[in-house]
Amino acid sequence: MSARGLAAAVRSGERSARSVVDEHLETIRSGEPEIHAFNLVLADEALAAADEVDRRVAAGEDPGPLAGVPVALKDNLCTRGVPTTCSSRILEGWLPPYDATVVERLAAAGAVVVGKTNLDEFAMGSSTENSAFGVTHNPLDPTRVPGGSSGGSAAAVAAGFAPLALGSDTGGSIRQPAALCGVVGVKPTYGAVSRYGLVAFASSLDQIGPLTRTVSDAAMLLEAIGGHDPRDSTSIPEPAASLTEVLDRGVEGLRIGVIEELSGNGLEGIADDVRSRLGEAASVLDTAGATVETTSVPSTVYGLSAYYVIAPAEASSNLARYDGVRYGLRIDAPNTGDMNTATRTAGFGNEVKRRIMLGTYALSAGYYDAYYGKSQKVRTLIVQDFARAYEEFDLLLCPTAPTTAFPIGEKTADPMTMYLNDVCTIPSNLAGHPAMSVPFGVGDDGMPVGVQILAPAMGEPTMFQAAAVLESAGSRS
Amino acid sequence: MNVEAIAPETVPGWETVIGLEVHAELATATKLFSSAPNRFGGQPNTNVDPVSLGLPGSLPVLNEQAVELAIRVGLALNCQVQRSVFSRKNYFYPDMPKDFQISQYDLPINGEGWLELPDGHRVGIERAHLEEDTGKSTHVGGGGRIHEAGYSLVDYNRAGVPLIEIVGAPDLRSAEEARSYVAELRAILVTIGASDGKMEEGSMRVDCNVSVRPVGQAEFGTRCEIKNINSLRSLGRAISYEARRQVDLITSGERVEQQTRHWNEDEGRTHKLRSKEEAYDYRYFPEPDLVPVEPSDEWIDAIRAALPMLPRERRLRLAEAASIDTSAAALTVERGLDDLAVDAIAEGADAPRVLVHAENNLADGAGRLDGASFAALVKMETGGDLTATQTKTVLATLVAEGGEPAIVAADLGFEAMDIGEMEVLVDRLIAEHPDDWTAFISGDEQERKKKSGFFVGQVMKATNGKADGRAVNELLAHRARS
Amino acid sequence: MTERITRDHVAHVADLARLTLSDAELDAFTGQLADVLDHAADLEALDLTDVLPTAHPLPLVNVFRADEPGPTSDRDEVLAAAPAVEEEQFRVPPVLGEEP
Repeated sequence: MSARGLAAAVRSGERSARSVVDEHLETIRSGEPEIHAFNLVLADEALAAADEVDRRVAAGEDPGPLAGVPVALKDNLCTRGVPTTCSSRILEGWLPPYDATVVERLAAAGAVVVGKTNLDEFAMGSSTENSAFGVTHNPLDPTRVPGGSSGGSAAAVAAGFAPLALGSDTGGSIRQPAALCGVVGVKPTYGAVSRYGLVAFASSLDQIGPLTRTVSDAAMLLEAIGGHDPRDSTSIPEPAASLTEVLDRGVEGLRIGVIEELSGNGLEGIADDVRSRLGEAASVLDTAGATVETTSVPSTVYGLSAYYVIAPAEASSNLARYDGVRYGLRIDAPNTGDMNTATRTAGFGNEVKRRIMLGTYALSAGYYDAYYGKSQKVRTLIVQDFARAYEEFDLLLCPTAPTTAFPIGEKTADPMTMYLNDVCTIPSNLAGHPAMSVPFGVGDDGMPVGVQILAPAMGEPTMFQAAAVLESAGSRS
Repeated sequence: MNVEAIAPETVPGWETVIGLEVHAELATATKLFSSAPNRFGGQPNTNVDPVSLGLPGSLPVLNEQAVELAIRVGLALNCQVQRSVFSRKNYFYPDMPKDFQISQYDLPINGEGWLELPDGHRVGIERAHLEEDTGKSTHVGGGGRIHEAGYSLVDYNRAGVPLIEIVGAPDLRSAEEARSYVAELRAILVTIGASDGKMEEGSMRVDCNVSVRPVGQAEFGTRCEIKNINSLRSLGRAISYEARRQVDLITSGERVEQQTRHWNEDEGRTHKLRSKEEAYDYRYFPEPDLVPVEPSDEWIDAIRAALPMLPRERRLRLAEAASIDTSAAALTVERGLDDLAVDAIAEGADAPRVLVHAENNLADGAGRLDGASFAALVKMETGGDLTATQTKTVLATLVAEGGEPAIVAADLGFEAMDIGEMEVLVDRLIAEHPDDWTAFISGDEQERKKKSGFFVGQVMKATNGKADGRAVNELLAHRARS
Repeated sequence: MTERITRDHVAHVADLARLTLSDAELDAFTGQLADVLDHAADLEALDLTDVLPTAHPLPLVNVFRADEPGPTSDRDEVLAAAPAVEEEQFRVPPVLGEEP
């Protein structure tokens, strides 16, 4: 059942929140050992929160738009008094003394947190294989990855552990696992959702967003968590956009461009089946009344190179604070400098170390201009190219990921091969634009394919209109 | 070891070049990027919140008042106030909670400006930017010395306190000038309410760049940066020591290496912390969690309009009122007595006497004295109604208790001594002390001075201090000539 | 572009980032970092002379907070998270060298 349906049933008193939560906890108990979506399941806390929702319903109080709906949180979102690990040894045992803004807003909306989901350590990865606490398996085929870095959240939704989950997306970490697990994943406009309480990976790129089974549930969840937050200086000073009310508006008259550079013809590695589904999605939108054309956004192909300088650069600084002084892991040594080094060496996994070093190098004396400085300029070009494209088009279309879910272990040996997974999702992060992945059919291997809809900043309503059209066509096919 | 005795600051033929970097804590209620209190002292780790502890997931939000105070500083230092961007300065140190410091790098809020010393010399300001302070480490064991400590304890109360870093140009040429610069800067910061300027509490800290060159040489010598200067006195001593050290190096055929050096107050010397080659690679880049600051012209104008009168303007005003050099007005302004002095002069009081009293007799402030009564008192003095000694006594009473000078003088029994009475008294004293009188008439300059002091003392004794010492001297001189 | 990243660079960067790498890790990371940076060489094709850098995707400026004190952290809770505590402060091994 959708989150929308569950919330309606709880709000009307037709079902108790406790029964809804109980049912999902039962699904988790049976499915979790194989999937390993969670770092931590919060069964007792969830039942207590459900009881509180039921009390409010009984007392005639408004229990909130997401009353009693189970939600899974990526384990890089701070939860007061509840371990928040980022799937890293270095934060093992840390209890944040505060809730992230999105966690407060979920509680205010009546949603019930059922657990903290697994991720690539500090959200660095595309397969959830870089977790210190084990790999998450794709519920549709447990020999395959769920994508990443929000692989635990995507798997939790796909496995029916929770109808709603939150992830974070720095270069595709919501959209790519959503595509690989066959769920809806949204990266909102940069600044649309507060980052307060999201453990930072790359601050100028990170955004929190929904992973859900339906487009409508994603709209509801985004409405609940979005809107201005004075604790985040980069929060857009506007209330959350209304999305649920635009879902039935269709795409009649919308102009939609298919990005040539990211759709296979110019780019290596986009699988034929993915390309075919994209073509079919374009036809569906065309049939529904949109004007669909191929268009060029040339600098998007440089996004990957710029991203793998900018994101590690910011990360190298954001992750400096894990030094063994104030919280988390400490490996003792005779002096503080050696203690810092011993702690970080033992506490971080290889992918995190790799990116910290890449970023440190890109910022270091003598290399800043060649790498970081240049990448920031490429970012400007991408913003400019998108601006030109959006003069002609309301939305843009491309694949979410180059392939369907790949087997566990296939790409771990070669980081660059793994990084290429993000080629279609990165440009939106660099530009700060919203983008979402909608499941659209399956590949030759029977695994789901995601189609990505891109919109200009604050263009979520139009993006969701198109997503709703693709979803209904997808469910008929 | 008395360093001053063996290390004169200037060696003939050499010139010292000094540029100062001053950090001042801004007088805000809260920290630069969070609502934790900006408060000196207090129990360790009580003025902290997730942001000032650098906890994962915490985000900085800029304190508007800190920006306003920084703009005040910029305007007071005649700087270009401009669009600015925060950057991250990356280095590991346990008292820095995020292991990076949020500072301003290539785009500081205040660009070039200048500060005018009391002697009229203008010193260039290169920039004045905002940044956050660090926490404090206490080194335990080894007598508190960092290298011998058994372990360290870290308190983050100070972490995130707003600082303005004022980078001065290398325009200073002596330890005295450097001290004058810091004193003037402190006066400005206190006047505009930007900082309490307390060097002893560490709310104002000075790093000092020193180089030397032969007089007449255009290029600068290789400079060393001196850290850990905690008072104006240390500043002077450190510069003197360092300049001498560098001259000694060069004259003995060695080179000055570019270094960061540490001032040791107890030993009276600087020692090497690190050389330029070991300079840290800070990997500055724009702070992505903050947005640029673009103060509007309206905001800047409003801040400018609300600025109080600055020390320099006060010196100019007093100098004009008293027809003196601005440097002669400095002490009165420094004491905060210039309003009083200007008022008294405007009321018609003799400017030189007003300044003499301000400089010599009002060191502890004006108390309850106001400009009108100050003027009335000085007029009584210059009119011959009160002697200098009596004036000083009345002044002290006015400062302590207030009141009308004439009434206070009368209450103290001060009446001007009749000149005829004084002649009789002086003649009697001459007759009573013939040997002293002979010595006064025929002695050398020194003897004459000594004896005039004797006779004035006798007159004062006989009149209970009512006599005017100058008048007595004039009378003695007249009698000696006749 | 700039010269290829060397093993010495990687060792220096690991030092800056406070990480220790074994010889084998140094070799592996040098190759992997070089691969990523080689990929970034495709940026050479772009003329970026008149392009301004973008540090941030949002055009926001002047985001401020009023200078009003807010809640402070519970000290016991804060210190409970620390690996070592003494006298209500965070205890660390001796610190070598002054703040840079």
